[in-house]
Amino acid sequence: MRADLTIIADLVNPGARVLDLGCGDGELLAHLRDNKSVNGYGLEIDPVKITTCVKNGVNVIEQNLDAGLANFPDDSFDMVVMTETLQSVRAPVEMLREMLRIGRECIVTFPNFGHWRCRLYLTARGRMPVSEHLPHSWFDTPNIHLCTFLDFERLCQDLELNIIERFVVDADHANRPLINRFPNFFGTFAFYRLGRPER
Amino acid sequence: MSQTAADTSVGIVEPQLFRHPASFLLQCGEALPGFELVYETYGTPDAAMSNAVLVCHALSGNHHAAGYHSGSDERPGWWDACIGPGKPIDTNRFFVVCPNNLGGCHGSTGPLSINPDTGEPYGPDFPKVTVRDWVRAQVLLADHLGIRRFAAVVGGSLGGMQAMQWAIDEPDRIGAAVLIAAAAKLSAQNIAFNEIARQAILSDPQFHGGHYRSRGTNPDLGLMLARMVGHVTYLSDDGMRRKFGREIKSGDIRLGRDVQFQVESYLHYQGRSFSKRFDANTYLLMTYALDYFDPAAEYDDDLVAALSGTRCDFCIISFSSDWRFSAARSKEISDALITARRNVVSCVIESDQGHDAFLLPIPRYFDVLGGYFDRLARETTGAS
Repeated sequence: MRADLTIIADLVNPGARVLDLGCGDGELLAHLRDNKSVNGYGLEIDPVKITTCVKNGVNVIEQNLDAGLANFPDDSFDMVVMTETLQSVRAPVEMLREMLRIGRECIVTFPNFGHWRCRLYLTARGRMPVSEHLPHSWFDTPNIHLCTFLDFERLCQDLELNIIERFVVDADHANRPLINRFPNFFGTFAFYRLGRPER
Repeated sequence: MSQTAADTSVGIVEPQLFRHPASFLLQCGEALPGFELVYETYGTPDAAMSNAVLVCHALSGNHHAAGYHSGSDERPGWWDACIGPGKPIDTNRFFVVCPNNLGGCHGSTGPLSINPDTGEPYGPDFPKVTVRDWVRAQVLLADHLGIRRFAAVVGGSLGGMQAMQWAIDEPDRIGAAVLIAAAAKLSAQNIAFNEIARQAILSDPQFHGGHYRSRGTNPDLGLMLARMVGHVTYLSDDGMRRKFGREIKSGDIRLGRDVQFQVESYLHYQGRSFSKRFDANTYLLMTYALDYFDPAAEYDDDLVAALSGTRCDFCIISFSSDWRFSAARSKEISDALITARRNVVSCVIESDQGHDAFLLPIPRYFDVLGGYFDRLARETTGAS
């Protein structure tokens, strides 16, 4: 399984009810179903990926995330997962609020725009960073809401979201000492497990 | 039948007849003294009879879903594109059963049948049947065929409603319900179109209160109008523009008289041919069954509650340009199924062919449907 999905799978409790926003070919949900007895559903809009989900017996629902999640009742899931998609949704704040309305907890992963390579690229070349993980040019990128880990944590603070857990990795999805010391400089991806505002 | 068609066709099929000899109480309170269902089967049952698939037909459909009745048939059954060797519902793997519903006019007991009490055709006195009655009659057919459990029950439009009723009423006898271009109930707009169609028939002077047969006549005009209005609602604006545009069939629009647009000619042809092959009383009866279908009504209009007793998996397919059974109606079903914690896959197929799309071999539609049945086949053979 994809390395990032293994990390997420470890964060999900057995038997949980999981909603995967942008579930791709359903790899995570199939794994959770087979190994953790998870009752999961995935939202996806790519026709080819949807067909793959159908063939693999994954509960896939064709739904555009930018059209909202109003069709899901409050508290209908234990965990709502969004893998490397937050940076491409139209309204990230609304999305985070919705995820924590529907689910008691959520897991969000995204690439770090504060990584030293991005900083160096921008500083040295004076152009928008293009890399292996952010391969698009500014004019055709789906990533319209890129941020650094610090930006994201500031938003969580403003929204009073509870960061239960954070796991930062490098490009190989490995966690190294230097990353933990300077995550916003050396971390490539972060996995945030978030809870509702604490009262 | 061309050579290439023969490779993927179920070939020549012969309709069969199932006779239920005992009294059959309908939901309306009236009883039929017995009934017959005409049906066809395609493919071969496996030893455990675990590979059976029930195909439910829509408003104007019948039991002839695939193949040909004779070598000289010009057209195959209504869902031949989907049923056959190597097709989405693969007859190399599944044993497919398709009956004509109770109240139909193609061989099953219906308004054209003789009422044993009077010795005359039932005509307009044939009792009102419901989707639930159809399911109960199909259960008896399954018993007759030795099918304890269908691997899947599949249908489009009104057929999808039957699949849904199966899931609710017979949770132990259905592995998967495949609902295509269906709805949990009709909208006011949808009922309105049915009522226009009914009024077209009822107001035809040849209808004679439904006793047209004994008068030696037929409400051709009413049926034709009913089909024309129905047909327009099964297409989309874009689809009609693409298919007909403003093309002129005959006449000269500059002279402004005797002009016939292609679309007019097409609708006339569809309406006329329908009036020759369909019974008006059956049409009325089928539209009432459609209008009255509302399984959530018994659960305080709570669709989640209605679906909570189901145990099968669900596949929900809708089409982007279908406004008669819109994608939003299918979404209501899949949302309720998610809340009811059922396994469900749901997708919206891009198409400009309106409601009619469910009968057409649209590549993505068949990919999804074929993928779903492929998975069912793997699980069915894995289980047996």
